[in-house]
Amino acid sequence: MIDSNIKKVVVLGSGALKIGEAGEFDYSGSQALKALKEEGIETILINPNIATVQTSEQVADKIYFLPVTPYFVEKVILKERPQGILLAFGGQTALNCGVELYKSGVLERNSVKVLGTPVQAIIDTEDRELFVEKLDQIDVKTIKSHAAETLQQAKDAAAALGYPVIIRAAYALGGLGSGFCDNEQELEQTCEKAFSFSPQVLVEKSLKGWKEIEYEVVRDRYDNCITVCNMENFDPLGIHTGESIVVAPSQTLTNEEYHYLRELAIKIVRHIGIVGECNVQYAFNPDAMDYRVIEVNARLSRSSALASKATGYPLAFVAAKLGLGYGLFDLKNSVTKETPAFFEPALDYIVCKIPRWDLSKFHGVSRKIGSSMKSVGEVMSIGRSFEEAIQKGLRMIGQGAHGFVGNKELKVEDIDEALREPTDKRIFVVSKAMNAGYSIDQIHSLTRIDRWFLEKLERIVLTYKKMQEYSDCAGMPLDLLRQAKMQGFSDFQIARAVYRDMAIEEAQTIVRQYRKEHGIVPVVKQIDTLAAEFPAATNYLYLTYNGTGNDVRYENDNKSVIVLGSGAYRIGSSVEFDWCSVNALQTIRNEGYRGVMINYNPETVSTDYDMCDRLYFDELTFERVMDIYELEQPHGVIVSVGGQIPNNLALRLDQSGVRILGTKASCIDKAEDRHKFSSIVDALGIDQPKWKELTTLDDINSFIDEVGYPVLVRPSYVLSGAAMNVCYNEEELRKFLSLAAEVSKKHPVVVSEFMQRCKEIEFDAVADGGEVIAYAISEHIEFAGVHSGDATIQFPPQKLYVETVRRIKKIAKKIASALEISGPFNIQFLAKDNAIKVIECNLRASRSFPFVSKVLKINLIELATKVMLGLKPAAPRKSAFDLDYVGIKASQFSFSRLQQADPVLGVDMASTGEVGCIGDEFNEALLKSILSVGYSIPEKNVLVSSGDALNKADLLGACRLLVEKGYRLFATGGSYKYLLENGVQAERVLWPSEENDPETAGKYASALKMLQDREIDLVVNVPKNFTPVELQNGYKIRRAAVDFNIPLITNARLATAFIRAFTSMKMDDIQIKSWDQY
Amino acid sequence: MNLRNLSFRMERKGATLILENGIRFEGWSFGYDGPCDGEVVFSTAMVGYPESLTDPSYSGQILCVTYPLIGNYGVPDDGVDEWGISKNFESEKIHVRGLVISDCSFEYSHWNAVKSLDQWLREQKIPGIYGIDTRELTKILRENGSMLGMIVPEGVSKSFPVPDPNMENQVAVVSCKEVIRYGKGEKKVVMVDCGVKHNILRCFVNRGIEIVRVPWDYDFNTLDYDGLFISNGPGNPEFCDVTVANIRKAMETGKPIFGICMGNQLLCRAAGAKTYKLKYGHRSHNQPVRMVGTNRCFITSQNHGFAVDNSTLPQEWEPLFINMNDGTNEGIRHRSKPFFSAQFHPEASSGPTDTEFLFDEFISKL
Repeated sequence: MIDSNIKKVVVLGSGALKIGEAGEFDYSGSQALKALKEEGIETILINPNIATVQTSEQVADKIYFLPVTPYFVEKVILKERPQGILLAFGGQTALNCGVELYKSGVLERNSVKVLGTPVQAIIDTEDRELFVEKLDQIDVKTIKSHAAETLQQAKDAAAALGYPVIIRAAYALGGLGSGFCDNEQELEQTCEKAFSFSPQVLVEKSLKGWKEIEYEVVRDRYDNCITVCNMENFDPLGIHTGESIVVAPSQTLTNEEYHYLRELAIKIVRHIGIVGECNVQYAFNPDAMDYRVIEVNARLSRSSALASKATGYPLAFVAAKLGLGYGLFDLKNSVTKETPAFFEPALDYIVCKIPRWDLSKFHGVSRKIGSSMKSVGEVMSIGRSFEEAIQKGLRMIGQGAHGFVGNKELKVEDIDEALREPTDKRIFVVSKAMNAGYSIDQIHSLTRIDRWFLEKLERIVLTYKKMQEYSDCAGMPLDLLRQAKMQGFSDFQIARAVYRDMAIEEAQTIVRQYRKEHGIVPVVKQIDTLAAEFPAATNYLYLTYNGTGNDVRYENDNKSVIVLGSGAYRIGSSVEFDWCSVNALQTIRNEGYRGVMINYNPETVSTDYDMCDRLYFDELTFERVMDIYELEQPHGVIVSVGGQIPNNLALRLDQSGVRILGTKASCIDKAEDRHKFSSIVDALGIDQPKWKELTTLDDINSFIDEVGYPVLVRPSYVLSGAAMNVCYNEEELRKFLSLAAEVSKKHPVVVSEFMQRCKEIEFDAVADGGEVIAYAISEHIEFAGVHSGDATIQFPPQKLYVETVRRIKKIAKKIASALEISGPFNIQFLAKDNAIKVIECNLRASRSFPFVSKVLKINLIELATKVMLGLKPAAPRKSAFDLDYVGIKASQFSFSRLQQADPVLGVDMASTGEVGCIGDEFNEALLKSILSVGYSIPEKNVLVSSGDALNKADLLGACRLLVEKGYRLFATGGSYKYLLENGVQAERVLWPSEENDPETAGKYASALKMLQDREIDLVVNVPKNFTPVELQNGYKIRRAAVDFNIPLITNARLATAFIRAFTSMKMDDIQIKSWDQY
Repeated sequence: MNLRNLSFRMERKGATLILENGIRFEGWSFGYDGPCDGEVVFSTAMVGYPESLTDPSYSGQILCVTYPLIGNYGVPDDGVDEWGISKNFESEKIHVRGLVISDCSFEYSHWNAVKSLDQWLREQKIPGIYGIDTRELTKILRENGSMLGMIVPEGVSKSFPVPDPNMENQVAVVSCKEVIRYGKGEKKVVMVDCGVKHNILRCFVNRGIEIVRVPWDYDFNTLDYDGLFISNGPGNPEFCDVTVANIRKAMETGKPIFGICMGNQLLCRAAGAKTYKLKYGHRSHNQPVRMVGTNRCFITSQNHGFAVDNSTLPQEWEPLFINMNDGTNEGIRHRSKPFFSAQFHPEASSGPTDTEFLFDEFISKL
């Protein structure tokens, strides 16, 4: 049966979260590790993503916070001598790395066996030509693509196929560098970019408007196959599946179609020789029985994570077991524990996945969605009608929507165009069109969204309109109210439709009261994989109004503790809060309570039903949390480990009688509300940047007269700087204020003085009854002004004065005591010399909790949870001063996916993920972490544009080092002059704006041209100031660096640190040490 | 935008599903506006309502579909091919007595559809009820076993007792009344029609087999044929002693025999084994079966309320397939003669097509 020679296995993770590769691989990797551990196999995990659950003690035996690249993986293999390796659980990153290790013979030389799908099968699916050839062998239709290695070849192929065509780059993550082209001009543009990612591009006939259907297939080595789930995209082909709303199971396929595609999927998987899990994506003709296979992913994917959550079938766990040699018949269905894993789940609900975009965080990015992925997260909603599922889901994405209707009016200039050219707002454009009287046929012909979905959506609109005919609940037929709830209407939406003149919160309360009095309450249903055919004591639950019976019998013993999760991953809130949630749950369960989780993000470990006693895969809205609270009758609720969403609910829950564990809700509010917080800080005699609440322009002007530009503008409830901006002059200020005021009417917008060239310091801590019992101080490498989520962070701090640290501790103690903190909290400080100012305080776990917990080796969440449970844990004795190593957290950016976005950093967060690496000293740790986020050490040529005078001075030493080490420096005008004046040899290159200037044109090389020709290995481009002209010039250089995949650093301090690091040590000097060796 | 009439539940007629143990589910009426009664059974299949509703094996039953969204892709036309085999359905008409669902799509979307589920049920005079918590109902059926029930629209009065369809010979109800021939080919198969699904006909005809379809109680031993096929069918196999006697006679000739579903049960009974009623049957597209003595497993489509008792199989017979969920019999074979059968539906329709190779196996023996 299973190979008994396999005693030690290396598992490759996916590194930092990025667009196209996010938390789903923490989930699949964690499941694989669990499956291996169960067999007594020693597990070695390589993953620099320190915020993940998989990189936790007890999940893997040994963890290397190292880049998932062939170089480092080979080093680990040489050190650990494993017998096996798993490549399919760390996304495209792990798969690509594995293929390289296989091709270079590293695996064979070291007798490392690839478990699961053989590498050749992976190559057959990854290389388009091989793939088509392979499927041709069994007469399966693919989208025939013509490989082109030059632009001319691409043009010829397109002419032969006929436009529209799609261009794809071979071997690219989730559609990177691909795009649709309607004509030759568009083809030229797209090809240029695609060639920068891959020497080969593929030209294909476009099948825009076809349905997109996916099947998740599992195969064991005995050739037994099952399809665990199929999924249908709401959006037709042409929109990347990661950008599309997806439902499971398929809704518009007949039995014949469903099983035709299922049979094909199995045939394909058998022919390719998958062992484990794989997905098959189809384009399916909406008007005839015709299909094309789009692609096959021979690994766990975002879709497989979704399918696992949608069905309750643990795909990654089973795939890992099959990789070890088990047959599907050997394994049990982990839900029923009795029936076998060889079966296909029957769903008795519908799930809906909706992507979450954060495009407003980026300057200059196009909001159109298409064949490459831009979304940063997703939600999964569960219901027993499509209307219910989609309305839940639209609330879950957390961008201000209350459902499909009842939202703030969306401004759309041209509805036809907005329907034809989808953006991140597409679903709301459909809503608007329906309200504007567009027929289903009209919308269908513009969007190609199947009429079935549109009919269902129209029913939501009809119900809303019907409700608007009434002015109170009592006058409304109960059946209408019931129908609205069955269609997923929230109390808020109903209140908005019916009580048009009343304060919305009050109206909402009336609706809730009224419907409860009339027995209109949701029921709890289990996800049991078999549609109730077999008894299953599952704890995987959702709430629905389409039902009359509860599946759960509650104990009513006050022994449950509810943890509110973090919702959709977004910029500023991702896997780190999942780690916090999971650790809180573990502590709760270890202390003898029932751990109850509410969350709806399919990319997480916290929504794995193994992690808790009851999982509600449902909304984190006030309404739904109250529904669950009333059912559970828990000991209390934890709101401080899931980031800002639960934090924002605290006050209202508290006012409704919910028992919040830990810091009081009123204190949370004091920290959240800038005004309240500021008065407290003032009262405590703690310094803070000057700020003022915005009411009139006169107020601002007199305030700015006092503090001077630049100023920072932001609303009071802030998550990762949403709608926060620095304004350098009055025009910018006025422009921005109109936007900021739109974000939140209820909480005032504040303007504060913006401190330049200050250090920024993070204080992460746990307090009990207002007394700090554990803390971690970490220091940003960049000066303040780079959002803390984008900054590179060192822990323990390396360059802080002892006096600074002492003052910070004192201030933090005062604040903890004033806010009576019991639980986790984070304070951000500015320091200039030893002068300290407080900028922000969050009475919840922060983004850096997993990082500092893992570097310090004290689990701050476990400690905080014990505090919140009232267990009065003892303060740990260890302090950061005892550490004889350094941890560095670096940020991962996904600019390459965000066409046209300016890759410059500011007060608004832009990174999509992070890594944390440990080294014996600063340079080593920095190098590991920078390499982990995709940079490489430059070989020869470095292009420098060093910004303003101060930045130029900051960078001078590093530039000198580069020249000393034999690097060739290229610099734009001002930087060139400065370097020369200071005795550093450099060659001048032209700014884009200088290229047509007769004085300079032709005299010097063009910076852009050098980038295009890949003559540059590293770009250091520090924006000089934020005037449009300067930004424009720099923008082109920065964007070119991103588009041509050349490492880019835009911050002088980080650039200096990186340059110092790689000039002071060689790759060979980097220690290959596992976490436990520090 | 015109507000469509039937959009609001308060404007629709109510209906109640009443179980023989007194439990009531309130919902709304759709399809035919009239009452019905029968054995309430559930199916966990997620697609294939046109196929299920026309499957003669559902004769006498009220079908509860656990998948909550039904009617999405409408209903295709009822055309037939050159042999008179329905193109899109499993028989000439709807065989369920009533349909119980959660959410009904009155609007449908499919290129192949010509009418809505609602309209089709109305035309065929089959009552439907929607707005039912089908999961809750399924749990009740699972715990108490299948039971009698009725769908009663508002304004109609109807009460228990109602006749138990399992006390009637449902096979006699749905079987053809005369001999019908299909297809052309060198080999001729006699098909005993206990309520045959049209996809079984298609599976044979597409493989170039001539089919002689005979009524359930017809003595086919007078005919000249190469192989015997015993079809699926509804209800209790104990009513089909005539058929069993005919099969016994056929076994003496040694010609290949293949049975599906009811065919499996009748072949078993002819072999001397016993059948019994399952608590709530197998009705789904996801039943895992394993070929005995191998590592080969298949996902199968099933629809049956009775099963073969493995322990009563005579010496010369052995189980061919076993249900991996509950260990029940899923097929038998003779140790030396070309006789075998499957409890599941290799012809699928609706359901997965993993086991269609059994037709090839049978044909290769002819």
